[in-house]
Amino acid sequence: MTPMIEVKNLTHTYSTGTPFEHTAVKDISFSVQKGEFLGIIGHTGSGKSTLMQHLNGLLKPEQGDILLNGESIWKDKLSTRAARFRVGLVFQYPEYQLFEETVFKDIAFGPRNMGLKEEEIQKRVLRAAAFVGLPEDSLQKSPFELSGGQKRRVAIAGVIAMEPEVIIFDEPTAGLDPAGCRAILENIEQYRRATGATVLMVSHSMDDVALLADRLLVLNQGSIEMLGAPSEVFRHAERLQQIGLAVPQVTALFLRLKELGLPVDPATYTLADALKQLQTLKGGV
Amino acid sequence: MLKDITLGQYFPGNSPIHRLDARCKLMRVVVYIVALFLCKSYFSYGLALLFLITAIALSRIRLKALFKGMKTLLIIILFTALINMFYTPGTVLAKFWIFTITEEGLRNALFLVLRIVMLVSGTFLLTYTTSPIDLTDGLESLLSPLKKLHFPVHELAMMMSIALRFIPTLIEETDKIISAQKARGADFESGNLFRRAKALIPILIPLFISAFRRAEELATAMECRCYHGGKGRTKMKQLHYHMIDAIAAVITLTVFAGIIVLRSHGL
Repeated sequence: MTPMIEVKNLTHTYSTGTPFEHTAVKDISFSVQKGEFLGIIGHTGSGKSTLMQHLNGLLKPEQGDILLNGESIWKDKLSTRAARFRVGLVFQYPEYQLFEETVFKDIAFGPRNMGLKEEEIQKRVLRAAAFVGLPEDSLQKSPFELSGGQKRRVAIAGVIAMEPEVIIFDEPTAGLDPAGCRAILENIEQYRRATGATVLMVSHSMDDVALLADRLLVLNQGSIEMLGAPSEVFRHAERLQQIGLAVPQVTALFLRLKELGLPVDPATYTLADALKQLQTLKGGV
Repeated sequence: MLKDITLGQYFPGNSPIHRLDARCKLMRVVVYIVALFLCKSYFSYGLALLFLITAIALSRIRLKALFKGMKTLLIIILFTALINMFYTPGTVLAKFWIFTITEEGLRNALFLVLRIVMLVSGTFLLTYTTSPIDLTDGLESLLSPLKKLHFPVHELAMMMSIALRFIPTLIEETDKIISAQKARGADFESGNLFRRAKALIPILIPLFISAFRRAEELATAMECRCYHGGKGRTKMKQLHYHMIDAIAAVITLTVFAGIIVLRSHGL
């Protein structure tokens, strides 16, 4: 099967030829299957943002290529523009990009740029608003009247309304309260289940990505450090800590239990799994 | 694209020019500019040029950086040069179609180009070798006599340093907003002038909002630290004149005097 996204030997250097020259991404290759949920984790400056902005053609690779469904997004001008709509990118603090008079118009900005018909735009805006749980009466309000969490939802809906096949989130929960975080993550998961979209999510919170991701991509100084299922990645807790990352809280607890000599799996990362192990342990005593 | 703006850029260093007191540098630039406008002959321009080249060499700023900042002025320089070349009456050197080139025209053009280039490089040298904070401190100190006339010198200097401080931040912010709107399919490169101007709205509104937000946050932060304007405020970093400043002042004044003497002799 052709992968949804294929990154081939991607390298990107900023400010080439000046004293500020800096290689953000070095020879990265990986692919993502259709419908997969890939979590991307890495320390600040590990190249996450640079990598993301390549996936929808905002940045042009210096070396290497990005294939979308087997075709290069840099084949010609049309395919680059098409990539913008096929790969939706939700930036960090997306609420700072809101600008329209009403929530409805702001969500409609993307679909309108796609050149869709008015009825189709209307349909998509309503659908996107429903996905992120925006009440219908808020659609005619100014986006600047809303609370921080609601603004974030509007911004996410603005990308969802383009109905991209791949959607990338950069720290979607940054700066939200725990309830807001949970709601946004649930929305993302719901959207994926309903549309079968491929999701990539950059996050600092190991607990968030561990819960949702099928696979994890760990970046360190512009290169891939690890790529695999969460249970595999969290097995290397020491290495993760060395490169400035943490493990989920549950994993940290189980690592400590293992150190204390209890027969548990130190790569445990879900609460359900943890509970099961603890129960067997208790039953065994 | 936006990162290429060199306005008010500072290249840290430890050259003799970097170490000069900001007040001294500011005054030198003023004297230098006045001197440039007094230049009338090859000799006086030569003297001023020698002064500038020495300063650039001492500052260890790369010529490439200096010329990069000049690029935007290229059109103005070329335009003034051409106008002067063709429209100065005098001894005719060459003539074709409606254009006549005169000896005086060539001279005028050369002098004007020299004057603009030297003016700009001199002021660039100031901003390249002086950190914005030193610069505003120096300005505040130089203008402090105006405080007697109830002129808000400190407030002005504070506004200037805040503005300079926020240039890179706002550039970065603009880049981010442009990327975010592009990701939603905004198109800034095609269409006529009107459409392109309209395409700027999705950038400008978020940018204004964030600038206001930052201003408010900054104001709150300053108030939290009991900022109350210039009255009775002392400085942690005091400006001091050193030997090197005296030397620089003597050299500058000598060059200035030299240009005046040359001028009074009709050179």
